[in-house]
Amino acid sequence: MSATNVVPQQQFERETYLNKVYGMWSWLLTTDHKRIALLYLISITFFFFIGGFFALLIRLELLTPAGDLVQADTYNKLFTQHGMVMVFFFLIPSIPAVLGNFLVPMMIGAKDLAFPRINLLSWYLYIIGGVIMLHCMMTGGVDTGWTFYVPFSTNYTNTKFVEAGIAIFIAGFSSILTGLNFVVTIHRMRAPGMTWSRLPLFIWAHYATSIIQLLGTPVIAITIVLVACERALHLGIFDPRLGGDPLLFQHLFWFYSHPAVYIMILPSMGVVTEIIPCFSRKRIFGYSFVAFSSIAIAVFGFLVWAHHMFVAGMSVYAGLVFSFLSYAVAVPSAIKVFNWTATLYKGSIHYDAPMLYAFGFLGLFTIGGLTGLFLAALGINVHVTDTYFVVAHFHYIMVGGAVMGYLGGIHFWWPKISGKLYPEGWARLAALIVFLGFNLTFFPQFVLGYMGMPRRYWDYSHMPEFQVLNVLSTAGATVLGVGYLLPMIYLLWSMRYGKPASDNPWNAAGLEWKTSSPPPTDNFKEEPVVTWEAYNYEELDAPPQALEVPVG
Amino acid sequence: MLNNFPLWPESASTIAHRVDALYIFLLIVAGMMALLICALVIYFAARFRSRPGVRAEQIEGSNALEITWSVIPFLVFMVIFAWGAVVYFQERTPPTDATEVYVVAKQWMWKVEHAEGQREINELHVPVGRDVKLIMTSQDVIHSFFVPAFRIKQDVLPGRYTVEWFHATKPGTYHLFCAEYCGTQHSGMVGSIVVLEPAQYEAWVNGSPNGPLSATGEKMFAELGCSSCHRSDMPGRGPNLQGVFGKPVELADGRTLTVDENYLRESILDPGSKRVRGFQPIMPTFQGLVTEEQVNALVAYIKSISTAGTRIGANAMPSAVSASEGSVSSAAQPNGNQVQQ
Ligand code: HEC
Ligand code: HEM
Ligand SMILES: [Cu+2]
Ligand SMILES: [Cu+2]
Repeated sequence: MSATNVVPQQQFERETYLNKVYGMWSWLLTTDHKRIALLYLISITFFFFIGGFFALLIRLELLTPAGDLVQADTYNKLFTQHGMVMVFFFLIPSIPAVLGNFLVPMMIGAKDLAFPRINLLSWYLYIIGGVIMLHCMMTGGVDTGWTFYVPFSTNYTNTKFVEAGIAIFIAGFSSILTGLNFVVTIHRMRAPGMTWSRLPLFIWAHYATSIIQLLGTPVIAITIVLVACERALHLGIFDPRLGGDPLLFQHLFWFYSHPAVYIMILPSMGVVTEIIPCFSRKRIFGYSFVAFSSIAIAVFGFLVWAHHMFVAGMSVYAGLVFSFLSYAVAVPSAIKVFNWTATLYKGSIHYDAPMLYAFGFLGLFTIGGLTGLFLAALGINVHVTDTYFVVAHFHYIMVGGAVMGYLGGIHFWWPKISGKLYPEGWARLAALIVFLGFNLTFFPQFVLGYMGMPRRYWDYSHMPEFQVLNVLSTAGATVLGVGYLLPMIYLLWSMRYGKPASDNPWNAAGLEWKTSSPPPTDNFKEEPVVTWEAYNYEELDAPPQALEVPVG
Repeated sequence: MLNNFPLWPESASTIAHRVDALYIFLLIVAGMMALLICALVIYFAARFRSRPGVRAEQIEGSNALEITWSVIPFLVFMVIFAWGAVVYFQERTPPTDATEVYVVAKQWMWKVEHAEGQREINELHVPVGRDVKLIMTSQDVIHSFFVPAFRIKQDVLPGRYTVEWFHATKPGTYHLFCAEYCGTQHSGMVGSIVVLEPAQYEAWVNGSPNGPLSATGEKMFAELGCSSCHRSDMPGRGPNLQGVFGKPVELADGRTLTVDENYLRESILDPGSKRVRGFQPIMPTFQGLVTEEQVNALVAYIKSISTAGTRIGANAMPSAVSASEGSVSSAAQPNGNQVQQ
């Protein structure tokens, strides 16, 4: 597939969204969804490496049982800020705000999103939130855990919780605006002929994600406001001494934060659903089941929040209901995995880097999802909740799954975004390193968790028997760090030295490949008219003479 | 080597064996599902790798397959769900005749009071082969009482009691962890559970310098003036507390509740929230006037005059645990003693 990728140099002179206008303001005031996507790409990469740096310090502290590298309070701030940065400033915006922003309009044949200026506003809100978060971290930080449970966060911590809360609150609005933009765009701006059943599944996944962002994010905003008010004014919403209920906080928090995990994973599922058909040269198996499973996840995802509270002091019967619903929501995820697998059957499979990332996603997401079954089993949850088992579970989903998908997507669409080809050999190597490093980091944590090592422990000198597994995990984290640095380096390198990409280097289906690489500001020279279904790889791969018949 | 590098936690309670059984079942089921998917992906990826001249075969999908791989996993999930729920009910339903221990958590220690009067910090001595029920509360933030060897965990909240129980099957010393993040020294909020042979335990218990907790409570009941309103010899301004525990109580707002530890606690600290029918709202709140330990002692006292040594007043025995709860707990507790190892 690679020989045809190179195109003559002179094509580079063409006007594109990258070279149409120059200068800092042309970027900072742009309303072009593709440029905003790049602004997001740069900002979230920055936060990813900050969060990653904290993670590395956490793992180094855990190399030895004693708390010897940093102070207890510092450690608590490290894992809090790692979580807050990774969740709110990297993962939630990652695929939607970068790849979604870039691709949603192009995939449906639109010139831009429905509200280009709101799109820019969303980036500014993100940046304002991010700057406040940075300020908070540099002037003392927070130690509440990203879950900021009351009454610790309201009455006990003397760190900068309110500032961090404001940062998350503002970044939340950026997420709401992105969701709003996508919903309206997908409803109103599809090109002629682009019916709902012809939409790429990436769009379905983003549609489902946007609904969660719209309906869920306000709840976390309200929760933050309530916590801040309680902290400042002692209203007695959560404080039992004033007649409040600390469990109410947990219900509110997880009512957003469980759906939020689907904000993080659904877009990644969408990416993988584009990659697998392309590198199998096949239409997706069970299009409508994959599409509706995204919607089912978005809807059912709102009904399982209290599975984070089985030992919190909730009634046994509530536990039963939420356990049952958690199993119900696992079904659509299983459907997706089976459909991806079936898509490979009788395909013509290529092992380019995006596909390797997709394979990695499949493996890691499957393990993450299956260990969700353990956690949803009430009797087991009691033992493993708040241990490293949970830590491993959600990292398999959110890092193994979501970040793998994100990297796969970045590689897949890199030629479109940058107009350059990335170095394939390095990219495959990085995919392999990430996969191996990831498993080495997080698999031992399942064992640790079942052995009983609680999460958020700075010092485990009372249980030195946990050390071997922790050393393995730290070693893995080092490998993983290398795996994440590599793409950053060679992708930057390729922007300057990479071979120019053709319009459709993968010979992929999808409207975004029908325009030039990189695309012009208006995306398409003329508005496309869609007469084919998504994933029409049969036609794309048809021998030339067969192709002429349907065109006429 | 394997001694300092164990891969499986010790199992030292009746529940531990049940949790392990379910866990092993899940390891097998999940392992099979993971293997199936991995095997298919690897096989397809190898078997159908691109070859010159061979084109992919387009397949639209198959409703029959979709239904198969939705329904079969769902049924498997339901088995796991049901099994998990049964174990959970056992974990969450303390036997009615368990030895009771009061636990007060605070940043960053566990304070333990036995009914017999012993006090401990970050340690809990219990007898092997007996049901032990922990009645727990927190003085500040949320903590969580976690004993991996028993496979039990329960968050400990300020402002109310939560309850956890176990039946240790093996003498030894086991880790006690705080599992809910609670601030600076969260990871220092650890201790040990010491499971003793019955004889050793008797010796340990009888070595206590303090009187039983209920006796402390009785003394306070008089000192704080509770006894001036709550009389057992004649009608007083407050209800007679003899025999109330475990009984239904009718409230002024028409509800009927069963008197349990949380109800007693609330009656002392926030009497306004649940008024007993037929009495004037004159009981003062004791919020801020008594410590968590003193509340525990009062509760232990009020319970003691409801269960053992019934002095005056008829039917004070707690035979009437509310019907629904009773049936669950009797289903849950039996075969405790058989399961040893
Ligand atoms: C001024 C009189 C008075 C004093 C002093 C008093 N109480 Fe009460 N108490 C009452 C009254 C009246 C009620 C019933 C109305 C209500 O529920 O508030 C009551 C209710 C209760 C109840 C609920 C009883 C039930 O049958 O449901 C408990 C338990 C209780 N008190 C415990 C105590 C304790 C312990 C103290 C001492 C720390 C105490 N009371 C001090 C008057 C008093
Ligand atoms: C599909 C994407 C999924 C994502 C993104 C995800 C993410 C997460 C996260 C972030 C947490 C822990 C958060 C914390 O405590 O800080 C978590 C815990 C949990 N997950 Fe998942 N999960 C997913 C799938 C599943 C599935 C399929 C199930 C059930 C069948 C499941 C069941 C649970 C349960 C029960 C917990 C609570 C564990 C506990 O704290 O006791 N998850 N998940
Ligand atoms: Cu959840
Ligand atoms: Cu703690």
